[in-house]
Amino acid sequence: MSLPFIIIAFVTLFAAAAAMSLRNLVHCALALVVALAGLAALYLQLDAEFVGFAQILVYVGAVAILIVFAILLTRSGDSPNQAVLTPGWGWGIFISMFVFTALGWAVLNSGVLRAQGAAGSSAAPAATVKDIGKALMEQYVLPLEVIGLLLTAAMIGAVIIALKEPSQIDNSGRKS
Amino acid sequence: MADKIHQIIETFKQMCLVDKIDQLFVMLKQLVLACVPEALHPLVSGMLSVVLVLSVFPGVFAIITVIERKGLGRIQNRYGPNRVGIPFTKIRLCGFGQFIPDGIKSLTKEDIVPYAADKIVHYLAPVVMLIPVLLSYAVLPFGKNMTVADFDAGLLFFFAVGGAVELSVFMAGWSSHNKYSLLGASRAIAQMISYEIPLILSAVTVVMVVGSLKLVDIVAHQNVYSYGIAHWFVFTPWGLVGCILFFIASLAESNRCPFDLPEAESELIAGYFTEYSGFKFALFFLAEYLGMFAIIGLGVTLFLGGWTSPVSFLTWIPSYLWFMGKVIAIVFVFIWIRGTLPRLRMDQLMNLAWKFMLPLALINVVVAGIWHFMGQLGHEQLRWLVCAVIIFGSYVVLGRGLMRHQKLGKRTYRFAE
Repeated sequence: MSLPFIIIAFVTLFAAAAAMSLRNLVHCALALVVALAGLAALYLQLDAEFVGFAQILVYVGAVAILIVFAILLTRSGDSPNQAVLTPGWGWGIFISMFVFTALGWAVLNSGVLRAQGAAGSSAAPAATVKDIGKALMEQYVLPLEVIGLLLTAAMIGAVIIALKEPSQIDNSGRKS
Repeated sequence: MADKIHQIIETFKQMCLVDKIDQLFVMLKQLVLACVPEALHPLVSGMLSVVLVLSVFPGVFAIITVIERKGLGRIQNRYGPNRVGIPFTKIRLCGFGQFIPDGIKSLTKEDIVPYAADKIVHYLAPVVMLIPVLLSYAVLPFGKNMTVADFDAGLLFFFAVGGAVELSVFMAGWSSHNKYSLLGASRAIAQMISYEIPLILSAVTVVMVVGSLKLVDIVAHQNVYSYGIAHWFVFTPWGLVGCILFFIASLAESNRCPFDLPEAESELIAGYFTEYSGFKFALFFLAEYLGMFAIIGLGVTLFLGGWTSPVSFLTWIPSYLWFMGKVIAIVFVFIWIRGTLPRLRMDQLMNLAWKFMLPLALINVVVAGIWHFMGQLGHEQLRWLVCAVIIFGSYVVLGRGLMRHQKLGKRTYRFAE
């Protein structure tokens, strides 16, 4: 473990803990942004340039903005008078442990790791942006299209939920 | 070590005069690097580049503020700043000393933090805004062999760090606990998200044609001359549309007039930085201008050939001068637009982004694909006609569609006649 890794990991974990435990919702969202940026830094440290930048672009640039925008539009941002630990925290720990175990098991038993162990080298294969694009467009084109379809369906669903129903337009007397 | 220095000086001596001037800074950097031990190379190399960027661009910012005020003054038929020169003398320098007292003023002003403000977030917002903007300079090629960090995914890096600017706008607007600030922030975020899509889509066309996200490769692809004219992407049908879309979107991204709704003085006082004073306000101001220069620099790199010269007989002018000249010319156009156009309304802003620019950018992506494959099949002349017809047709259809329900009549003047 190198020093940069320790620093990044510490910052990420600290920010993730803050995102869970802070009282103010906006502070939680900002702490979550720090945790996501820390993850991006971890990817960059592993020489995964594309994944790191995509993580920043998608999570810091889009998802975080979406979260804060939702907070901005729905409430004034005053801190609620709730306990930090909700009653279901025991279940929460159980589920997160289960997810962590499943992911860890999947990573440790992955084909890539085994192939590397067989080859006897610990160096990660260097992948340029071009390689990733080629793989997405040739080998993994079907999963990509399925994800695209799923996102489109989700977007259409969101638009339909946001649409005003015809009866509402009549009641309020104006068109949207 | 002495061998290395000797070698660098020898290579420098063998260059012709044009190359000598062009590569002066690169060679100086290599000379300094040769003087330090091998282990410190990444650190010293980074430091030298960062210091150069940090000294040149804020300097340009200082000059541009004066030029902007003078230019706006001229457009509005008044003088603008023309007094401040060298102190204790009668030399006025046409008012170009104005930025020094401006800077001193913002440094020495009281830093007022509202009582109800969220202190930490309020403090962090200007810093969070300035740092990503400075980071985005890392990938821009300022000249031949002059890039701070030449990433494989440079373009992606530029857009990725740009995302943090929106977050800082939110932080500033929310933490101030002021209705105007919050309103300005929500306007700013809505506007930035909307215009980021045409911005990125218009940049994607260049990536499709070049086949690389590396900005150095993109410039190298444009550094080809036929009949003495450079192959800049702006001289192709899709490139022209992409360039115009890119610069309109970059106007909106940098919150410049006519898209300055987030900080409209007459409506929102100053939007998200209403509650900032003193040096924090100056940081916002600096970050906004540096962000504008960076995004213009990216536009110049993508469409206007970066540091290359437009015609082959002007290649003797150093590459960094070409780059800075192009950036300053576009900044001048932005100032001109600010002095000429009125501010858009919120619905007009959104209509323009979603109903006109986004479809046109999507069509432009398809056109760039057609251009690429027709070039491969050998239809060199025909592709000009096909691409131009598709783009012109879709422009007309989209423009008419946008204007259909507007009921625009002849403009009438009530007071000006």
